[in-house]
Amino acid sequence: MTLLPYFLLGSVFGIVIVEAEVVSWFRVQEMFRFDAFHMYGIIGAAVLTAAMSILTIKRLGLQGADGAPLGFPPKMLGSGARYVVGGAMFGLGWALTGACPGPLVALVGAGVPVMLVAILSALVGTWTYGRLRHTLPH
Amino acid sequence: MSNLFPHPLPWYVAGPLIGLMVPALLLLGNKPFGISSNLRHLCAAVAPGRIEFFGHDWKRLGGWNLAFLVGIFAGAALAWYVAPPTVVTLSSHTATALRQLGLQDLTGLAPREVFAWSSLFTLKGFSSVVVGGFLVGFGTAYAGGCTSGHAISGLADLQPASLLAVCGFFAGGLTGTFAVLPLFLR
Repeated sequence: MTLLPYFLLGSVFGIVIVEAEVVSWFRVQEMFRFDAFHMYGIIGAAVLTAAMSILTIKRLGLQGADGAPLGFPPKMLGSGARYVVGGAMFGLGWALTGACPGPLVALVGAGVPVMLVAILSALVGTWTYGRLRHTLPH
Repeated sequence: MSNLFPHPLPWYVAGPLIGLMVPALLLLGNKPFGISSNLRHLCAAVAPGRIEFFGHDWKRLGGWNLAFLVGIFAGAALAWYVAPPTVVTLSSHTATALRQLGLQDLTGLAPREVFAWSSLFTLKGFSSVVVGGFLVGFGTAYAGGCTSGHAISGLADLQPASLLAVCGFFAGGLTGTFAVLPLFLR
């Protein structure tokens, strides 16, 4: 498996999120303060485009190299606790750093190198979750 | 060169381009668009520590995603070099609110008073970078996804779990914006 197409796709994504200012702490503040449509327009248009693409792929019955139908594995709902509590923890982190994981990496390359520390801290966070996973409600 | 693109790139251009990542990854190799999984793969690569959550074959399962992640860095660096969005045309309402919180400089991609090496061990720098980063890592692992995995891929795939997660994202984000940021920015 060659990794180059994934690298190139990631590059396009990186260019778009910088040029559209999705990576901007200020744009994230505008979003959480409901003062601008920009971020909602981006997320909404992205969801709509992705949804229409998934529908088309399903309609056409496209398969991967291994014969499995293209698509996402269903996410187990369980008690829902992991989505609400984990989601809220991430949301709080999103407001504090002004960035979700993609933008964190993008910002290191886009003039905010201190975000490297935020990424290291995020790795510690993910590791801590892995360590405590069996004790948490899911 | 900075007027190569209109800043910001309009939502109706950026949104569909981001959305197209989903079918592109499916067509390339039936891969789910979701960036936070990389944190798990990196933990598995660096410090698995016999923890079950990090015991997977990260090279086989996450190699493509780590290549995507390196691409994000490269693309962002290129964009920043060629056409940096240096002045954000911010909504006046948000600008006023942020000035009231004590921020002077509203240019760049993040407030310089907070996101600088020299601020790392001040209350606002540490809270934003170190505590915020930790919450991003813990929260996305616990919720099983971030903006790309839940808000874009999951919602587009009509997964109820992702809708719940996005509600959680906003509950946390609003709390952070209106209750927590004022505690340490002011």
